[in-house]
Amino acid sequence: MKIHEYQAKEILKGYGVPVPKGRVAETPEEARKVAEEIGSKPIVVKAQIHAGGRGKGGGVRVVKSPEEAEKAAKEILGMTLVTHQTGPTGRIVRRVLVEEGADIKEELYLGIVMDRSRECPVIMASREGGVEIEKIAAESPEKIVKEWVEPYVGLRPFQANKVGYELGLDPAQVGKLRSVVSGLYKTFYEKDCLLAEINPLVLTGGGDFIALDAKINFDDNGLFRHKEIAALRDLNEEAPLEIEASKYNLNYIKLDGSVGCMVNGAGLAMATMDIIKVFGAEPANFLDVGGGATTEMVKNGFKILMSDPAVKVVFINIFGGILRCDTLARGVTEAVKEVKVNVPIVVRLEGTNVEEGRRILKDSGLNFAVASGMQEGAQKVVEALKTKG
Amino acid sequence: MSILVDENTKVVVQGITGNEGLFHTKQMKEYGTKVVAGVTPGKGGQKIEGIPVFNTVADAVKNSGANASAIFVPPAFAGDAILEAADADISVIVCLTEGIPTLDMVMARKYLKEKGTKLVGPNTPGIISPGKCKIGVMAGYIHKQGAVGIMSRSGTLTYEVVDQLTKKGIGQSTCVGIGGDQIIGLNYVDLLELFQKDPDTEALIMIGEIGGTAEEEAAQFIEKHVKKPVIAFIAGLTAPPGRRMGHAGAIISGGKGTATEKMETLEKAGVRVVKNPALVGNELSGLLKRA
Repeated sequence: MKIHEYQAKEILKGYGVPVPKGRVAETPEEARKVAEEIGSKPIVVKAQIHAGGRGKGGGVRVVKSPEEAEKAAKEILGMTLVTHQTGPTGRIVRRVLVEEGADIKEELYLGIVMDRSRECPVIMASREGGVEIEKIAAESPEKIVKEWVEPYVGLRPFQANKVGYELGLDPAQVGKLRSVVSGLYKTFYEKDCLLAEINPLVLTGGGDFIALDAKINFDDNGLFRHKEIAALRDLNEEAPLEIEASKYNLNYIKLDGSVGCMVNGAGLAMATMDIIKVFGAEPANFLDVGGGATTEMVKNGFKILMSDPAVKVVFINIFGGILRCDTLARGVTEAVKEVKVNVPIVVRLEGTNVEEGRRILKDSGLNFAVASGMQEGAQKVVEALKTKG
Repeated sequence: MSILVDENTKVVVQGITGNEGLFHTKQMKEYGTKVVAGVTPGKGGQKIEGIPVFNTVADAVKNSGANASAIFVPPAFAGDAILEAADADISVIVCLTEGIPTLDMVMARKYLKEKGTKLVGPNTPGIISPGKCKIGVMAGYIHKQGAVGIMSRSGTLTYEVVDQLTKKGIGQSTCVGIGGDQIIGLNYVDLLELFQKDPDTEALIMIGEIGGTAEEEAAQFIEKHVKKPVIAFIAGLTAPPGRRMGHAGAIISGGKGTATEKMETLEKAGVRVVKNPALVGNELSGLLKRA
């Protein structure tokens, strides 16, 4: 799960990481009030959306007075911000973070991610801050300092020291960096994060560190033990159909094509998207109704599919294992009866009780094209798409 | 032969009294798996489906001689269940649970490595050596005993491939679902090593997907150590970056872990990469005929 910058900064602040003075505002008037409270200048007004590249997209302004802060907030709030991470449709800005400007001497990078190969968290730091770590990793990997944390032992002070000295900082700076690294690690560990990143971590003219921007991604599987984090979910940042799907425990991701896919199991769902592409069409979505889908899940999944106007043909690809195909066929026929369907549907059923499942589809009197095998299914989908024009 | 589990494997089911645990215990027994004990804390002393239930895994092992475990425990407690099984000297743990916090797995893995315990999963359909032993939730009847070893990060996609093989009369030695999470137990490399040594496995199928570097590590290992032919399919060629595709581990992050990258690396290592998932069975059958 992702959260906003202002939320990430509040969490980090709680762990002793210095962040700029300020807070979030939802109206221009509030932005002005926050600027007045800060009392110093310059003031920075930053759009809060779950995507990077906000500065380039016009979502960050540096101003000199509370009046200007109000004006900037007025312009930013409600705007559709398009960045390289939002896609062409962009995101509507509903909140701005108003905070004091920092006296930037140098911009560093500090982040912690889960290293899947080594199976432990890894601290990454670089003096080339302010750009994406992937870019540094691709262009000058030698400029990244890495330190792996043994989870049983936890982060030890010497490790933060190592990071500081390897970055070439002086002893006073290393001392200050140590508490930032420690706060970031505690956040990562105690809140079940998969990514906790301060970028840039600013070294000020006065020799202090301050987190100018922050990003935290949480492990969805750990959210059950952090109710306060789960409450930070911002539904405005998610596609409406994806929210609808999550209510029924379905995994749905909207894509750009025209073939609506409904599949049981994540791997088979990806493979179904891939085979559609092999035959020259594009998937409209990823939809995994679960390896052990129920009639109810199939029904809800189908309704979600049909509410996407981009879908020109539907491909249902189900491999029933323990779960029987007849159960699944009933789910599909029930759903089709309840929803108005005006696109061709190709169904491929395989596995336990497949004959019974196919018979139910045939007897339903509904217009399914039944395919035997994924290959034939994909071919029929593409044919249907062509006939439809 | 087969790898990891066979007709001598004795299984304890952790969480045997839950809905899932009970249903699959019956299915496993029906398939012929020797389910010798169950564990549910507080329900020790009962019998379920004729299987004795114990309060702890240690107790179950002492009384039943179980050497493998199947875990059907909710995500919040599954990490602990893995540790308990390892502590009781179970040698192969199969954890079916989906949704275990990543940090719980990080901790569990450290302990398992020290103990030398083998873990399959979590978030896996399990493991099956057809005709001998099934520990998991896959439908037994789609499998057929034979000489192809299968390793996969997915469930139903594995059934798809197994079904293609079985319909062509090609059997499997062992099929292992390694799990769809970020931090998992046995990886491709561990299995490749076991399959390479198994005299009854003649060819291998690897079903991978986007995210992480497990396929790339496998490619390196195959190039150096695997003499048996390997066919691979990588799911997620059309998956958008930065989105989690159902499995916790299936995500392209920072431009890394794409299907294209994995396919190219595997091809360079001499693996036959199949782009159309419907043709994996055909490809393997052609390969066996040529051999």
